[in-house]
Parts: sequence; C-alpha cells; structure tokens
Amino acid sequence: MSDVAAKPGEAPAAAPADKAPAKPALPARRRDLAPLLLLPVLALVALPLVGSLSTWATLTLSGLAMGMIIFIIASGLTLVFGLMNVLNFGHGAFISVGAYAAAVLAPALTGLMRADALALNLVALLALIALAMAVTAVIGYAFERAIIMPVYGQHLKQILVTVGGLIVAEQLIVAVFGPVQIPLLLPAAFRGSVIFGDVAIERYRLIAVVVGLAIFIAMLLVLNRTRIGLLIRAGVENGEMVEALGYHIRRLFVGVFMAGSALAGLGGVMWGFYREQLTPGMGMDVMVLVFIVVVIGGLGSVGGCFIGSLLVAVMANYTGFLAPKLALGSNILLMAAILLWRSRGLYPVTQR
Amino acid sequence: MSPLRAVLSGDPPRTPALATILAAILFGLAFAPFLFPGTAALNVSAKICYFVVLAASYDLLLGYTGIVSFAHTMFFGIGGYGAGLALYSFGPSWSAILVGTLAALVLAVALALIVSLFSLRVRALFFAMITLAVASAFSILASQLSSFTGGEDGRTFRLPETLRPSFHLLTEPFAVNGRILAYYLVFFAALILFLLMLRVVNSPFGRVLQAIRENEFRAEALGYRIVVYRSLASCLAAAAAALAGVLSALWLRYTGPAVTLSFDIMLDILLMVVIGGMGTLYGAVIGATLFVLAESYLQNLMAMVSQATAQVPLVSLIFHPDRWLLWLGVLFVLSVYFFPTGIAGRLMTKR
Amino acid sequence: MSDGDGAAATPLLTLYGVNTHIGPYHILQGVDLEVPRGSLTMLLGRNGAGKTTTLRTIMGLWHASAGAVRFDGADITAWATPDIAQAGIAYVPENMGIFADLTVRENLLLAARSGPIDETRLRWIFSLFPALEKFWSLAAGVLSGGQKQMLAVARAIVEPRKLFLIDEPTKGLAPAVIANMIAAFRELKKSSGATILVVEQNFLFAKSLGDAVAVMDNGRIVHSGSMAALAEDHDLQHRLLGLSLASHQ
Repeated sequence: MSDVAAKPGEAPAAAPADKAPAKPALPARRRDLAPLLLLPVLALVALPLVGSLSTWATLTLSGLAMGMIIFIIASGLTLVFGLMNVLNFGHGAFISVGAYAAAVLAPALTGLMRADALALNLVALLALIALAMAVTAVIGYAFERAIIMPVYGQHLKQILVTVGGLIVAEQLIVAVFGPVQIPLLLPAAFRGSVIFGDVAIERYRLIAVVVGLAIFIAMLLVLNRTRIGLLIRAGVENGEMVEALGYHIRRLFVGVFMAGSALAGLGGVMWGFYREQLTPGMGMDVMVLVFIVVVIGGLGSVGGCFIGSLLVAVMANYTGFLAPKLALGSNILLMAAILLWRSRGLYPVTQR
Repeated sequence: MSPLRAVLSGDPPRTPALATILAAILFGLAFAPFLFPGTAALNVSAKICYFVVLAASYDLLLGYTGIVSFAHTMFFGIGGYGAGLALYSFGPSWSAILVGTLAALVLAVALALIVSLFSLRVRALFFAMITLAVASAFSILASQLSSFTGGEDGRTFRLPETLRPSFHLLTEPFAVNGRILAYYLVFFAALILFLLMLRVVNSPFGRVLQAIRENEFRAEALGYRIVVYRSLASCLAAAAAALAGVLSALWLRYTGPAVTLSFDIMLDILLMVVIGGMGTLYGAVIGATLFVLAESYLQNLMAMVSQATAQVPLVSLIFHPDRWLLWLGVLFVLSVYFFPTGIAGRLMTKR
Repeated sequence: MSDGDGAAATPLLTLYGVNTHIGPYHILQGVDLEVPRGSLTMLLGRNGAGKTTTLRTIMGLWHASAGAVRFDGADITAWATPDIAQAGIAYVPENMGIFADLTVRENLLLAARSGPIDETRLRWIFSLFPALEKFWSLAAGVLSGGQKQMLAVARAIVEPRKLFLIDEPTKGLAPAVIANMIAAFRELKKSSGATILVVEQNFLFAKSLGDAVAVMDNGRIVHSGSMAALAEDHDLQHRLLGLSLASHQ
C-alpha cells in the first residue's frame, strides 16, 4: 500500500526508502534465525536413530502434516493471548465443535465426497471448513462477550471460567452426539498414498500441509500488509500505546477472538479427517500439545507458533516410533529445553 | 487464648453461621458410622474426609500463595500409588503402608520442588499450561507402566488385619469392626492434617505467603525471597495432597488412574476450592462436603428429573445423570462470577 | 467555560481539582492546571510528584477519581483514551511507547490515522530528525535511545494535532542529543503553533524552551507562572526545585 500521498499538482514523489542512502553503516536487521534451525537439526538427529530413510521420510512428512494442523489451532490461541492478554483454556471446545459441525454436514455432501475426483472432494472440504468456521466464529463471539469480557485482566478467573466453558461445551456435545466416537471418513480422492521411490506419503497429509501453509501465508500477509494487521502487531506489543494513538483496540479484540475460534474450528475439521473419527474429548486431547506449542513459540508470535508446531509434531512422531511411551514426555522435555534457552519462548513478542 | 482457639491456630471461623456449619460437618463426620448406617454413607463420609485434605492443600497453593497449578492431582496420585503399590507388593502390613507413604512423600516433594523451581523462569500463565502438560504426561506414564502400576485398571490390595471388616474390636454396645477403624484412621488423619495446614497458614510463614499473593513486588522489596517461599508452599501442598492420596488408597483398597490422576478430579478440586471459598481453608471443607454430597446424591435427583422429562427430547438428555459434569461446569462458571469469595467468604462477611 | 470571541484567550486544556487514585495510593490530590493555547508549558517537579500521573490522567489511561479535565471546550474527564486521542491530543509517554517490532515506517504509518503520510509533513520530520529517514525500513527496536525518542516525537507530529503531551523527552539522553531535541522542539513550536505540555526534570531544557511553567509537588500544583519569571528568581527555583540554574548544566 502506498503510505506517502503526493500533493496534487506535483509529480508523485519516490518512496523515501529509495532516497535512503545505502551506507554500510546501517545496523544489521538483526534477523533472529537460530530458531529456524531447530527443525532441520531435529530431523537430522533423528535420521540415524530411525535408521531407514524411507521410514524417516514418512515420519517427517506426517509430522509436518500434523504440525500444520496444530499450527492452525495454536495460532488463534497465541494471537488472542498476545493481543488481549486472555488465555482461553476453552480453546479446545472450538476444535471439537468445528469437527462435529463438519460431521453434521458431511452426510449431505456424500455425493461430492464419494466422487473420486480431487476437485470435487476439495469443494466438499471447503464447504465443511466454511461451515465449521462460521459456527465456531459465532460461538466465539458469544463466548467472548458472555464469558470472557466480564473477567478481562483477571487471569485466575479467566483460567477458571474458560476451563468451565470447556467442560460445559464438551458435555453438551456428549449430550447431543453420545459418548462414543463417530466416524468422519475421508473423501475418496484424499485416500491412499503417493509414492516417491521408497517413500509413501498419504495424500491427505499432503493436503493438510498445503492447507496449513496457505493459512500461514495468509496470516503473514494480513499481519504484515494490512492496517488491521499493523494494529494487531502493535497491539500485541503495547495495547495501551495503540489506544493512545487513537484506535479503539478493544473493538478489535472480538474480531480477533472470533478469528481465533474460527481457526480452531478449521483445525478441528482437519484433525477430524486426520484421525477419521470424532470423540467428544478430541479437542482437549490436542490442547496439551497446543499449549506446549504456544509456550515454545512465544506468546503472541505467529512465526514462533509455526516453528513450534512443526517441532512438536515431528518430535512426537519420531518418539512415537522410537519409544512410544515417551512421546508426550519428550515434548515436555523439548519445552523445558527451549525455555531454558529462551525463557519466554522462541520469539517473544509481548511485553508480558 | 482458649484451648479451642489454640487448636485452630488463632483462626476460628469468623461468624456464627460459618462456625455452625463447620461444627455440623465435623459432628457428622465424627459420628458417621453411628449416625448414618450403611456402607454407602460411610463411603461418602470417608471420601469427604480425604477430599477435604486435598482441597485444603490446593487452597494453600491457590488461595494463599496465588499459584495456579493443574498438576495437583499428580501428587494425590503419587500418594495413592505409593501406599497402594506398597501394600500390593509387600503385602498387607503397617510397615508397607509406612514405606509407601514415605516414598510417596519424598517423590511428591521432590517433584514439587522441581516444578516450582522451574516456575522461576516463566510467567504465571505459562506455569499453568506447563503444569497441565506435566500432569498429562504423568498420567499417561502411570497408565503405560502397567506392569508396575497396573495400567488403566490400577491395583487392588488388602489392608492390615485391624483395618479389615472381618476384624472385630467391639461388639457391645456398638459393632466396631475393622472397616470402622479404617474410617476413624482416615477421619483423624484428615482432621490432624487440616489443623496442621491451618497452623501453617496462620504462622509467620503463612502471612508472608499472603503478602506475596497480594503484592509480589512489594514483598520482594521487603526482602522476602519469593522463590523460596513459593517453593516451600508448593512442597507443603504437594505433601498434603500425597497424604490425602494415601488416605484414599487406604479407604478404597484400590488405586488407579481414574480415581487419582484424571483431569476430572483436578477440576473437581478447583470447583471445591472456588465454590467453597479461596484463601480460607474452611472454604475447602465446605466445598469438599458440598461437592461429594452432591455427586453422590444429586445424580439420583437428576435421574428422576430425566425420567420425568423423557418426553421433551433435549431437556431429558441434559438432565441425564451422566451429564453430571455439565451442571458442574455451569455451576463452576456461575460461582466464579457471582460468588468470587465462595461460600465461606460470603458467610464470613455477613454482618 | 464557553467558547466565543475570547476563544484564543481561553486555555486549551484545563484541569480542575483532579484527583487520581492508583489502587490504594492517592497520587493526584487536587491538580489545578491551565495550559494556554499556542504555548509550551513545562511541568516540573521532583520524582514522585505526580507529573506522569497527570499526563496519563489527561490521556484517560488512568481515570480521575474526582475533578474535571476540559479540553478545547469539551469535558473529557470520563472519555476513553482512543476518543481523547482522536480529539486531537498526541501523547509521547515516558518510555516512548515505540513498537520495536514494527519498522520506523510502520510506526509512523500507525500514527497517521487518516491514511497515507502527508509528503510535506514527512519532509519536515526528516529535516528535524534525519536519522528516521536513514532507518526508515528497519525495525524500530534497533534504534538508539535518542533515535527512539525522536521517533516517538515524530509519531506525535505526523499529523496536525492540537495538543502535545510529552513526558520527559530528554531522559537518559546524551547532552548532544538533548541539544538536537531542543532545536527540534523550537522548530516545532515555531512552525506548528501547537500547544505543548512537557514534563521535564532537566531545568536547562525547560528554561530554554518553556513559555509557561507549572511546578508539582505531592500531587498538587504548587506554582504556576511564566518561565521567564521563574528563570530570574533563583530563590524561588531553589525553594521549588531544590536547585539553582548554575547547578543544572
């Protein structure tokens, strides 16, 4: 976007950046690249441990797929916390709601889902995602106004109240859908694997990676190229100053909360298809990993969340293969290690 | 100071209303085997006893020190498994109980120390999330080390002879068998532990904890090393929770993940402390009693309502006795908004 | 206070008996202050006198528990901070409030509420603070303390505003940078005719720029008048500020 307006009658001025003298004396951009190396390092360390290249590739790729799904879910949580200083322990409820909403609509789309055509399946997926996101966004709005707004700034109460909301939501799901699992079958063309030499990659996992990347890029674009994104980024750092600059940042809160809830809903749909079954507690199951990711990434940082998600998922896959009993424990150790390195997470953004 | 005040460490219930309720609870629990005949009622009473200890220990952490932790049931589980596995592995003897209890205490305090020292580097909300992760991991670990812990099914075991129902101490004027002795063991242990915690929170140490909870910066500026006090409080709370776990194992003659480590129990404790009243310890008594009674008897009520409304589809589903937790959640949320000081708090400020 | 023909003569900002409590602490205990239109008023006083609290109260970041704040004819006492800012008040806080993760460009862009930054204005800002042009695309976090302060001031002036509230602009800055700041403020005064209220501890800075002065102590205004008069009266300086001009170079 053009941020310098030329005065009428004058030739448009060149952007000031062009006029900045390119002296070598400018301080370096101080790009913090070290955390980007964590994932490649982990992958390389795991390779000799796993042994076979094809198994390693399968584990790594399915880890990436799972990581993308976790990222979608966790990104909403971290932004909400960064901006609003609200930690929504009830985030898991939106995951479940999104997945179940998709399960409700899925039977109506059997035609599209059974067709062995990628395009048709994608249409079905998009429809399910759209519904899930719409439902969770609306519920998110209600949740924010009714449950969270009354306890802004009181962290203890927030934790309690959102945990309560989580319980209520989960129990309502059980009341309506019953306690046993429901299947959510993958559309026809998503099934099966693509073979590269020795390595078999499940089609759906590739789709998950693509969707996850698309969301990540979309978030980066919104955050870095739009005014709202600017407000969010500034608000995460110093909300008070943004208000002092004349913006009603609280009005933004509801929108961000709804977006975060919608992302959780989207993640829920993807997660539901990943496991091909839904259980009322599925949201809560994933939340432990999501919390670990958010802590690792740094509260409020989308980039940190992205790296954290991939790390955690890939780590879970490697240890799931090498030493299944240590899977969750290994992620806790990972979190501990990262906190010892950077006590506020990989890319701490907030002042808190 | 009168002897009663001394026993209550100078912190008696502040209003007649509160005192009456507490006295009633104490009386009911003290004479339960004779007042409420039947195993079900005795089970409820014993459960109240050890949950009072557990809730009070959590209040020590949450209400007095201001630490939000989701790992508390982990310590409860350590106590339960400690005593339970000892009785299972070494046979039903008092020494097994002792060994198990000591081992549990050591493990609980050590873990509490590690977790609380780690909290140095992270913020309160981080800490809450981390405790959640740690508790989950522990729970999964306990389920997976099934050869040792009995996995999902847990372990049943027998108690020393004096505590078994077959043991008869008295037959006249009332029948007092081992089960009743077991009950009194649990009751008196719970009572003593509660009074000890009351002593802790009313000691200089306890006052510093409250100062830290009120204004951390100020306390630090006054020279108190927050870290040390918080760690000590965590260890004390963990130890008390572990002992509550031992009591639960002794009573249930069973230990397993479902009754000790599940997140549901963590939520139950939260509910007890919040509804009962944080930062009062007496609140934990009220909360635990209310909760256990409701859990045991409310479901019957709900079953009746559910059957009565069987024609109305959604309503009937919501009142189904298995939906107990739904109402829990609603009550939980409502109590956070409308009863921030809990029942005890409300009772204490009535003037 | 109604506006009328005497509009130019009425103070732009007036505080009537403003009290502010922060938690249990009673910080402002009845502040009466008038900030004349088009002048640069210095708010002086020792640490803890309540100067920053006064600015924050005007800005709505803390709400007055008693008293009133009138700005340009409106009672803004209970207004929300964004509305106060939109009424035409720019605030440069003590810690500068720079968004370290945003670039210099983005910081200024955010401050320019009505859209793109006006070209002429930007030229003027660059003439006052050349470093900002140099670091235009860099994250504001890499700027030095003095440069951050300049960015904070630049943000305040990127669009026309009626009133500037500036909290300790010279704090922690090297003397050379302070001199630079004095020149910039002089230029700002001259070319914009805006009303400025500056909280300061550096009396030299205050003396060289201020038209009017108010001194705070213990949450109240204990002296107000012209800067020139205060600069002459060494005894008064000593009494109010515990200093003499010579000792503050």
